[in-house]
Amino acid sequence: MPWDREQMAARAAQELQDGTYVNLGIGIPTLVSNYIPEGVEVTLQSENGMLGMGPFPYEGEEDPDLINAGKQTITELPHTSYFDSAMSFGMIRGGKIAMAILGAMEVAENGDLANWMIPKKLVKGMGGAMDLVAGVQRVVVVMDHTNKAGESKLLKACTLPLTGTGVVDRIITNLGVLDVVEGGLKIVECAEGVTEAELRAATEGTIVG
Amino acid sequence: MKKVYGSAAEALDGLLFDGMFIASGGFGLCGIPELLLQAIKEAGTKDLTFASNNAGVDDFGIGILLQTKQVKKMISSYVGENAEFMRQYLSGELELEFNPQGTLAERMRAAGCGIPGFYTKTGVGTQIAEGKEHKDFNGETFIMETGLFADLSIVKAWKADTTGNLIFNKTARNFNPPAAMCGKVCVVEVEEIVQPGELDPDKIHLPGVYVHRIIQGQHEKRIEKVTTRKKEDA
Repeated sequence: MPWDREQMAARAAQELQDGTYVNLGIGIPTLVSNYIPEGVEVTLQSENGMLGMGPFPYEGEEDPDLINAGKQTITELPHTSYFDSAMSFGMIRGGKIAMAILGAMEVAENGDLANWMIPKKLVKGMGGAMDLVAGVQRVVVVMDHTNKAGESKLLKACTLPLTGTGVVDRIITNLGVLDVVEGGLKIVECAEGVTEAELRAATEGTIVG
Repeated sequence: MKKVYGSAAEALDGLLFDGMFIASGGFGLCGIPELLLQAIKEAGTKDLTFASNNAGVDDFGIGILLQTKQVKKMISSYVGENAEFMRQYLSGELELEFNPQGTLAERMRAAGCGIPGFYTKTGVGTQIAEGKEHKDFNGETFIMETGLFADLSIVKAWKADTTGNLIFNKTARNFNPPAAMCGKVCVVEVEEIVQPGELDPDKIHLPGVYVHRIIQGQHEKRIEKVTTRKKEDA
């Protein structure tokens, strides 16, 4: 059985290092905050101008002046700080954020990432994704291994407009975990019940080692 | 020195002209200058270029100026919440320049600090880098981005004193300080105007030197995505 969304988020949470500042993207990456391991303290950045993002508010306590980068209402924590968008991306571009966990449409074997645009179909924009992948120390992608037609999203080369070149460090999919290394992708682990042969068969990009 | 005006229309009087370039604060619908946008709609100013992270939704924020076809071009990082925007863009009625969010914020901040250009790693190797100057520093490649010098800044703050010192509230700060800094003239709408001395000088987020006109008003402060948890989850 491949991992479901929650299991992928739980696996991604194992990447979190104690004492670091981390940015979680929209979608499955947002779920990662539900699985932060015991004894690991991370401060979540929301790139619209907040460090120390808290949980969703109780019903009736929503504050229109307090939202995350996905425009959802959230709460603050005792150590929260607020700042403007220029400073927020200053700390991203300046390498102060240890890790970003992001979704993707395609990843290439050299670490190229595409997650912002499908020409003539989906024109929403990159938001902060280009700044994040260029600036943070480590980029972890969480995505389905294949598209709805069953075609690999881990490619030799991306076909969609790029978000960044050579920026991805690790990929967590419903089938397993792969690292971007010299020469291609290296299998780190397979999801429970998924064989290495199945993972290789679902991957277009070169697998090394 | 009079900075406080009676209404959004009064505060914008003499500042609007067709084809102008306006920088607006706000992220999604949070911290947007909703009263000033409404006044620009009523003034009917046309062929506007807006630098704003988002384009609002169909019936709120910059979306109300798209309905009236007052906007010629948007400079934004994300426009996914606005169906009318998408329709006008795909049909060629509206120009769109995508900027990475941090690049957009820094272009505004830079202009407000008198910096005409800067180098960033963001977007290297992507569409964003096409046609831009590339330069290597310490073995890494950067692209040059330029300061965004606007004709007018419109922003929303929480409190102002009558001299224009501003305090923002929580994540409603977002793009408002950099947007305020990059215009020749900056008009601010706030929830409360107080007398000098009533704001702690050590807790001012944006000093009044960047602020030219201020209005106080009632804000709808619409929430785009209400997300909550139940008490029993605690």
